[in-house]
Amino acid sequence: MSEVITIQPITRIEGHASISIALDDAGNVSDANVNIMSLRGFEKFIEGKPAEEVPRLVSRICGICPWMHHLAANKAVDRCFGVTPPHAGGKLRELMQTIAHAEDKLLHFFFLAAPDFVIGPDSDYAVRNVIGIVKSNPELAVKVVKMRQMVKMILDKYSKKTIHPIAGVVGGFSKPMLEEERKEILEQMQEVLDFSLFTIEFAKKDVFPKYIEAIQSLGVIKTGFIGTVDDDGALNLYDGKIRLMKPDGSFTDFDVADYTDYLGEQVLPFSYGKFPYAKFWNEGFSLDLENPKGIYRSNTLARINAADKMATPKAQAELEEFRTQFGRPAQGTLLYHYARLIEEVYACERAIEILKDPQITDPNVRAKVEVCAGRGVGSVEAPRGTLIHDYSTDENGLITRANMIVGTTHNLGPINMSVNQAARALIQNGHVDEGILNRIEMAVRAYDP
Amino acid sequence: MTVKVASEWLNSCSGCEISILDMGERLLDVLKVAEFVHIPALIDHKYFGQLGNGKHIQIPKADVGLISGAIRNEEHLEVAQEMRKSCDLIIALGTCATHGGIPALSNSYTSEALLDRYYHTETTDVPDAYPDRNIPPLLDACYALDEKIKVDLYLPGCPPHPDHIFSALTALVAGKAPDLPQKSVCDTCPTRREGKGQLKALRRFLQAPQYGGPSEPLDKMRCFLEQGILCMGPVTRAGCGGNGIVPRCISARVPCRGCYGPVMQDGNQRLDMLNALASNGIELSSLPESVSLLRFSGAHHLLRPAGKRKES
Repeated sequence: MSEVITIQPITRIEGHASISIALDDAGNVSDANVNIMSLRGFEKFIEGKPAEEVPRLVSRICGICPWMHHLAANKAVDRCFGVTPPHAGGKLRELMQTIAHAEDKLLHFFFLAAPDFVIGPDSDYAVRNVIGIVKSNPELAVKVVKMRQMVKMILDKYSKKTIHPIAGVVGGFSKPMLEEERKEILEQMQEVLDFSLFTIEFAKKDVFPKYIEAIQSLGVIKTGFIGTVDDDGALNLYDGKIRLMKPDGSFTDFDVADYTDYLGEQVLPFSYGKFPYAKFWNEGFSLDLENPKGIYRSNTLARINAADKMATPKAQAELEEFRTQFGRPAQGTLLYHYARLIEEVYACERAIEILKDPQITDPNVRAKVEVCAGRGVGSVEAPRGTLIHDYSTDENGLITRANMIVGTTHNLGPINMSVNQAARALIQNGHVDEGILNRIEMAVRAYDP
Repeated sequence: MTVKVASEWLNSCSGCEISILDMGERLLDVLKVAEFVHIPALIDHKYFGQLGNGKHIQIPKADVGLISGAIRNEEHLEVAQEMRKSCDLIIALGTCATHGGIPALSNSYTSEALLDRYYHTETTDVPDAYPDRNIPPLLDACYALDEKIKVDLYLPGCPPHPDHIFSALTALVAGKAPDLPQKSVCDTCPTRREGKGQLKALRRFLQAPQYGGPSEPLDKMRCFLEQGILCMGPVTRAGCGGNGIVPRCISARVPCRGCYGPVMQDGNQRLDMLNALASNGIELSSLPESVSLLRFSGAHHLLRPAGKRKES
C-alpha cells in the first residue's frame, strides 16, 4: 500500500517548512520533497517606498539574521544614490555584521543542532532539545546561555536595537563609537574568542568523532559551492567578489552587480521558495541525485570550500586541520556544523581586528545623501549564504523594482537532494521510526535553514 | 506552580522567538515555572504525530498559548484555530500578531500581484503554473490574529522587549494581569521639545539629526519632529526600551517608525499622524508617501489594494 509520511513542521530550524515522503507499495521511498510553506511578498510591497526606509523594512525578512538584510539593503541603496560611507561608517557596519555572525553560530550550534548530537538522534523528542540540555548538562547550558547573551547584548547595547536593527543608515552608520565603548567591546570579544576556541575543541573531541559514520553518509550529495572572497581569495563575510565553485573545485569569481548573468531561479510545484541554480554553467537545472545540474550550496561549508584561506590565524589553523581530514571541496553535509565552528573563530578574530582599527572611533560615520534615480546591488554573506538585494529607484528615490536572493534559498535544491538521499537510505521495506525521521530532519538542520 | 506553554509562529520572521531567548539567564528562571509543550523553534513536537501519519493538526493542551506572526495562508489559520482550542489563554506576541506588522504592507496588493512579481523577477525562469502541491493557499490578505481568533492579551513590539515577555510570563504564572506600557513613545522620549515652531515641511532622513557630538546626552538633542524629520513617536505605543524605558531608535539617533503599533489597540497610526502633522501646520505634501505610516499596522483592513479602498 502506498503511503505518504508528513514531517510537519520541520523543527529546530528558522523558517516554515515540511517534508513529504512518498512510499511505494513495497514501502520504499519513491519521492521526497521539502515544502517551503510561506510567501510574504517583500519583492512587491517595498515598491513605492522611500529607498532610505527600506533597510528598516527588509530586516523583517528574518529575525535571526536581521543585520544581514539591513546591511545588504543599505549597501544596495547606497549604490542607487551613488554614495560611499566614510571609513568608520563602513567599519561599524562590518563590525555589527561580524558580531552578529558570532552570535548566530552559537545559537545554531548549541540551541538548534546540539540536541541531536549531545542528547542523541534517537532519544525521546520531549528531551531532545535545548531544555533537555539545560536539565542534563546544566553547567554547559549556563555557560552557553551566558555567552550567547553577552554577544547579543554587545549588539543591543551599542547599536540600541539588534532584533531589527536601525543603526545602519544610507550613507553609513547612525552613531559613532566612543573610545570607552571600543575598549569594552574589545574585551568582551576576546572572551567570546576564547569560548569559540573552547567550543571547537569540545566538538572535535567529544562530538564529531562519535558521528563520523553519519558525517560520511547522512545527506551526502555532490554539488558546487558559493561564497564571498577578498582579492587574495580569503573568506570575507562582509564584502568582496562572489566565487562560484564547481563540484570539481574549479571556480569563477564575479562582481555581485553582474549576478543575473551567473544565477537563475527555478520554480517547482511543491514549494513557494524558488530554487537558485548556476545559470552560468550552461547545464540547466536538475536535482537528480546521481547527476545533478546547476546545483551549488551556500552557508558555512560552502564558504570555507570556496575560499582559498581564512584571513585570521586561528581560523586558518582550523581550516588547515579540516582540509587535511576532509579535503577541498568537502561534500559531507553534516560538515556544515564543523565549518560553522571554524567561521565562529574567524568572526571573533575579525571583530577584534576591526576593533583595533585606530579609525573606528572617527566621529565621521555618515555621508550626505541625495536621492536620485539609479540601480544598486548589495550583498553580504549572511550566516545561511550569499544574500543579494537588488533595487531600482526613480528620481524621487522611491523603489520601483526589487529582487532578492536570500541566503537559505541557494540551499533549497541541495536540501531537497539531501532529504531524498537520507530518506532513500534510511527508510526501507516500510520500516519507519522516530529516530529515522529525526535523522532525515538532521540532514535539513545541517543547512540551518 | 508551573504553567504549560505552547508557542507558534505564523506569518513571521522568528524575531519574537529570539526575543524570548534574549531574556538570557532569566529564561532559565522561566523554565523552572513554565513547561514548554510545543514550540517548533526549539522542540520537535509534530502536528501530525511523531511518525507523520496523523490526519489533523494536533497541538498539546496548554495554559498559555503564545502566537507570533499574522495569518497569511490556510495553514496559519488552521494552526491559530488549533492553538485557540488547545490553550486557555492566547497571547498575541509581537506587532505582526497584534496589527499585521511589516508583512501586512502586502495588503496594498492582491495575492496575485505578490505571486506575479515573485515568480517574474529578472533571475526567475518563469513557470507555466505557480506552486500548489503540499503548500497552503494564500488567503486574500494578511490578518491580525484577532480578525480570526479571540485574543486574550496583546503584547506588541517588533519584537516585544524581553523585559515585557518576562514580566508577562511571570505575572501569568503568579495568576496576575501583567503590567504593560500604555503611553506613547513621545511620553517616554527624553529629547528636548521647544513647542510649536515655524516648520512647514518635513525632510527625509537622509542625514544625521543636529546634536552636539557623540557623547552628548540624549536629553540635549532636539526632538526629531521639531528638527523637521518624520518621527512616529506621537502615535506609537511605548515599550521598545523595556524597563530602561528610553525608546531604542531615538537612543541610536534615529527616528521612531512605529514598531509597537498604535497607542490604543484599535488606533490608526496613519490617520493619527497625518492629523498631528496637519494640526501643527506641516504640509502633508512634504511626505514622499503615506502608506509607510501604516507599515506596522496595515491589518484590520487599514491597507487595501488600489480600487478596493473604502476610504480615499
